[in-house]
Amino acid sequence: MKGVHDLGGKSGYGQVDQSGAETVFHDRWEAKVFAMVGAASAAGAWSNTDRFRHAVERIDPEAYLTHGYYGRWLGGVETLLAEAGIVSQEEITLRAIAHGASRNDLIAAQPSPSPDPLGEPPSSSGSDRPISSAPKFNVGDQVRSLVNAVGHHTRLPEYAMGKRGEIVMHHNGWVFPDTNAHGKGENPKHLYTVRFSSEVLWGKPGFTVCVDLFEPYLELVNV
Amino acid sequence: MSDESPQAIRAEALESILIEKGLLTADAVDDIITRYSERVGPLNGARLVARAWVDPQFKKQLLADATSIVESFGFEGGQVEKLVVVENTDKVHNAVVCTLCSCYPWAVLGLPPKWYKDPAYRSRIVMEPRQLLAEMGVGLGSNVEIQVWDSSAEIRYMVLPMRPPGTQNLKEEQLAELVTRDSMIGVEVLIGVEVPGEPS
Repeated sequence: MKGVHDLGGKSGYGQVDQSGAETVFHDRWEAKVFAMVGAASAAGAWSNTDRFRHAVERIDPEAYLTHGYYGRWLGGVETLLAEAGIVSQEEITLRAIAHGASRNDLIAAQPSPSPDPLGEPPSSSGSDRPISSAPKFNVGDQVRSLVNAVGHHTRLPEYAMGKRGEIVMHHNGWVFPDTNAHGKGENPKHLYTVRFSSEVLWGKPGFTVCVDLFEPYLELVNV
Repeated sequence: MSDESPQAIRAEALESILIEKGLLTADAVDDIITRYSERVGPLNGARLVARAWVDPQFKKQLLADATSIVESFGFEGGQVEKLVVVENTDKVHNAVVCTLCSCYPWAVLGLPPKWYKDPAYRSRIVMEPRQLLAEMGVGLGSNVEIQVWDSSAEIRYMVLPMRPPGTQNLKEEQLAELVTRDSMIGVEVLIGVEVPGEPS
């Protein structure tokens, strides 16, 4: 999905701000959001990380950039709770107003009126999975990533689309986020680390960027 | 009007609803704060780095298969199914990011700092790492190649920083105290220790 979350190579975000207290949670509400993400999973609102990540990607773009990390998580968990019919947005809004919120506050969550099915629960813990197919690529192969302007969740960043790189690691089979986020199955795929030169990515020398990409994102370049 | 941010108020509103529905306990928040403030943090990664500095065989194993090493240490904290450790040298400098969200090796570094999750770092480190690292205090010579690792799947990356000069006589436990979180993300180079009686 092309969205505001896909930040690599985007301009205008200024300098990195390393100031501020070095505490794990800056305020107690952030830890509350952390706890609620786990509670929402236990309540059946989501069952895999890909689905949660996709819920965060679908929040209001202004909120994504201004509400901070745990504000984004709050938007994601509210999205999933509302889509699962566990808590309605109006119920949360009324309670928030009772706690001092304004009707005009920007709400991050934008639940879909026709959410994806939840799909099967994870077949085991974690995301690495046995895979019976042989890998298509070997370490050292030259590959090109697809120009994949998709509407669904994906882990192919926009800046690495349609670029030529080299396979530097092979990681065997992993759950495929592009289907798993949408309740369409774990569908394990081979995962590779692909190294791109800065010349290929940005037209300037001096560095490389390695990106972890699933086999369906890649095609072999014949050399 | 409340002094709290709208998202703080909304989080507390949702929390109260989930507690009423029996889906969340008030204790859950304290458990998380205790876990991530006290038991999971960058000290775990620092122990790996210090051991690698003093034990060449361990370093070799860490660079070849960090996942097994982390399992043998029994670190908790999640987010590390497969860990890859990349080594900084005087020729190559590594830095880690997640441009799509904020993936981070919790089990060895704890929860990420705020700046790691903010748009400025995520957007710039893959496009202009030399300039950004310089702004963050890491000046690298033009002969040093930069490798950026974008954690776009479930592989997690940690940097093995260079051992700072002047630390030959320090023991492993003392070395671990010198290792910072930022050096293991790749946005800090550890500086030498001043040895009394020698020019620094």
